[in-house]
Amino acid sequence: MPHRTFFTFIFPSILAMVLFITLPIISVAVQSMYIEHPAILTTVESCGPFGCSKQSKVDVAAMAKLKAEEPMGQFAGLSNYLNHNHLALNDLREIFSQNNSFSGIVSALMNLPFYRALAFTLTYCFVVTPLAMMLGFAIALAVNTMPKILKGPAIFVSILPMIITPLVGSLILAWMFNPAGIFGATLQWLANDPGLSLRASPVLTWIVVLVYGVWTNGPFSFVIFYAGLQTVPQDTVESARIDGASRWQITRFVIIPHLVPLATFVALVQLMDNFRVFEPIVGFSAQANATSLSWLVFNDLVSSDNPQFGSAGATSVITIIGVLILLSPVLLRTWRDFNRKVV
Amino acid sequence: MTIKLTRAFAAGAVSVAALLAGGGAALADCGIQGAASVRILSNDFEALRLVNSTAAECASATVTVTSNATAEHKNIQVPALTANPAEYTVAMVANNSIVPLLNAGLIRPLDDLVAKYGASLQPNQLIKIDGKVMAIAFMGNGQHLFYRKDILAAAGLDVPTSYEDVLADAQIIQDKGLMQYPLAASDKPGWDLAAEFVNMYLGTGADFFVPGSAELAIDNENGMKVLATMRAMTKFMNPDYLTYDANELNKVWDAGSVALMNQWGSLAGAAIDPKTANPDVAANTGFAAAPTIGGGTIPAAALWWDGFSIAKNISDEDAAASFQAMVHAISPDMVKAHPDVATWLVAGYSPGPAAVGVIANATEGAQAYPMQPYMGLLHTALSTGLADFIAGKEDAEQALKDVKASYDASAKEAGFLN
Repeated sequence: MPHRTFFTFIFPSILAMVLFITLPIISVAVQSMYIEHPAILTTVESCGPFGCSKQSKVDVAAMAKLKAEEPMGQFAGLSNYLNHNHLALNDLREIFSQNNSFSGIVSALMNLPFYRALAFTLTYCFVVTPLAMMLGFAIALAVNTMPKILKGPAIFVSILPMIITPLVGSLILAWMFNPAGIFGATLQWLANDPGLSLRASPVLTWIVVLVYGVWTNGPFSFVIFYAGLQTVPQDTVESARIDGASRWQITRFVIIPHLVPLATFVALVQLMDNFRVFEPIVGFSAQANATSLSWLVFNDLVSSDNPQFGSAGATSVITIIGVLILLSPVLLRTWRDFNRKVV
Repeated sequence: MTIKLTRAFAAGAVSVAALLAGGGAALADCGIQGAASVRILSNDFEALRLVNSTAAECASATVTVTSNATAEHKNIQVPALTANPAEYTVAMVANNSIVPLLNAGLIRPLDDLVAKYGASLQPNQLIKIDGKVMAIAFMGNGQHLFYRKDILAAAGLDVPTSYEDVLADAQIIQDKGLMQYPLAASDKPGWDLAAEFVNMYLGTGADFFVPGSAELAIDNENGMKVLATMRAMTKFMNPDYLTYDANELNKVWDAGSVALMNQWGSLAGAAIDPKTANPDVAANTGFAAAPTIGGGTIPAAALWWDGFSIAKNISDEDAAASFQAMVHAISPDMVKAHPDVATWLVAGYSPGPAAVGVIANATEGAQAYPMQPYMGLLHTALSTGLADFIAGKEDAEQALKDVKASYDASAKEAGFLN
């Protein structure tokens, strides 16, 4: 294909990507380097039904002038990235100089908002992604062997968790795990501990959110793997069977190798998806015990009293870098495979 | 005799007004001239819904009145009033939610309108900032003590007036086997938990900030005292206390499983209403001022007012019409017809049994919730920074350190600290 034709073909997508992906990311990155103008405060007397008192008040006119001159606020370099609510360099220095034991360092790190969120985000990524893929693969194998008449309903039921809005799904599960709900009450009975409560126990909170993650992400793997199973060469399967391979051996030595490229794709998409975990934290009201990077961004922006654009921008940029790091092994592998094929 | 007659007449007038309001289609004469649009944004609770529907009586062929009562009001008010013309002409506000509007200069001074249309307002309803009226308050609110008369009587105790008494009483109630978990508080991490800290800290009389600056000053013996009290109380609470917010508190109170708690005055009416509440509990529920703390002399609870403000980015005609409709909505007639809905600040209001607590807080000198522009940042820092402490996972010193670090970072970003 001549370069010119290729360019004409690709131009609309490049334009859309620049407009809707590149420019917003650049704007977020720029925003993350700014903080608000220093507030000009005046002390005024404020009176109400309960008497008068001296209160400080923002000088609106003076602030408007500052904002008109420099609409972005004041440039602060990387200070948004390095402060206590993000990478917390000063706190890190203090922690490592004061603690000698590994557990002391870990517990001090888990007390910093960013590292606490990062810990849960990574755990969620690396626990949910493989488990959900295994679950999806197992369901796909099961559905594939069903008689034709059952396949339709089975597929429908299996992809239900994906159809339910994540926030609603997590709320439903949260109520079931409530001390008065069916799972919560059963857990209390099993543990013989009437004080056992999902929201009071950090470990239980993490486990429940992870279980929710597997439940809601399984169907995606199922759909892809089920489609993949339809392309498995039947003559290879048949000859394996004639050679006396068991069902397990066929799965292990014929089906799985055939589906590996597909699995790479699913892993890639799922890792990216799970790194952005957010809804279950809100749905389970888990923020006391489990937060994620996306939740930090939400928390910065949710209140219009004091929206923290710089802080939210910094967390967003760190999230993007995190996704890139996570995906780099998979991307490298794809690149190598691609080169091998070309040779 | 004349007094009696006047009262009877007033009562008659009230019932007519109530009938009209109940009819829904009633058109009141609010004195609005010409065409105008009144658009109200408010929080969502009974008293404000009542005010909204009363304002709607001012609708006519030329005047439209719409209202949006939502718990999300705080999150939409700034963008909604920044638009020109503003999405809403009236923003219902409280001590804390007026601050972002003031910081951004989105509400207009009301002195002219008060002079022209505000004859029925009392001087203490005017919220004056730097000499200018910026909002009109119509109700007071605050957290105060709810106590169970029967349990205290069975334990041989008086109504506690300090948190030290509350803790001692809880021990006695527990020891006598009257109740397993006699205390409750809205300790759910988030806004509620932070409000508990703010209440108690106000009771110590200390400043949150170094006077005249945004420098945080809670890292002292008062802050430690407050946290120690909050932790000590959890010993007498249901293990699920981390999930209790204010609405949940009323449910456990109604279930009869709590003897003493600090709860919102706006929810007091529901707790003793024989139609909605558990009759045994309702009959034995008493209200008093919030307890004092650490030998302090004032109730350890913030006083709140709810009021209305008028948007800046609207036409003067709409502003005048909005003001008139709101003055009608909080008129003494409305208050007389609905005395039990709130602790009204309006002329002619005679407090009912549900208002006892808030009024006791006010008369005993409780402090108003601070209106500093950076108070919201502190409230947010407290709401996440105290979660580990109240769950028993970290000590008070670390908790105060966390709150300070997270407040400092956000105050720097917001330009309040260097």
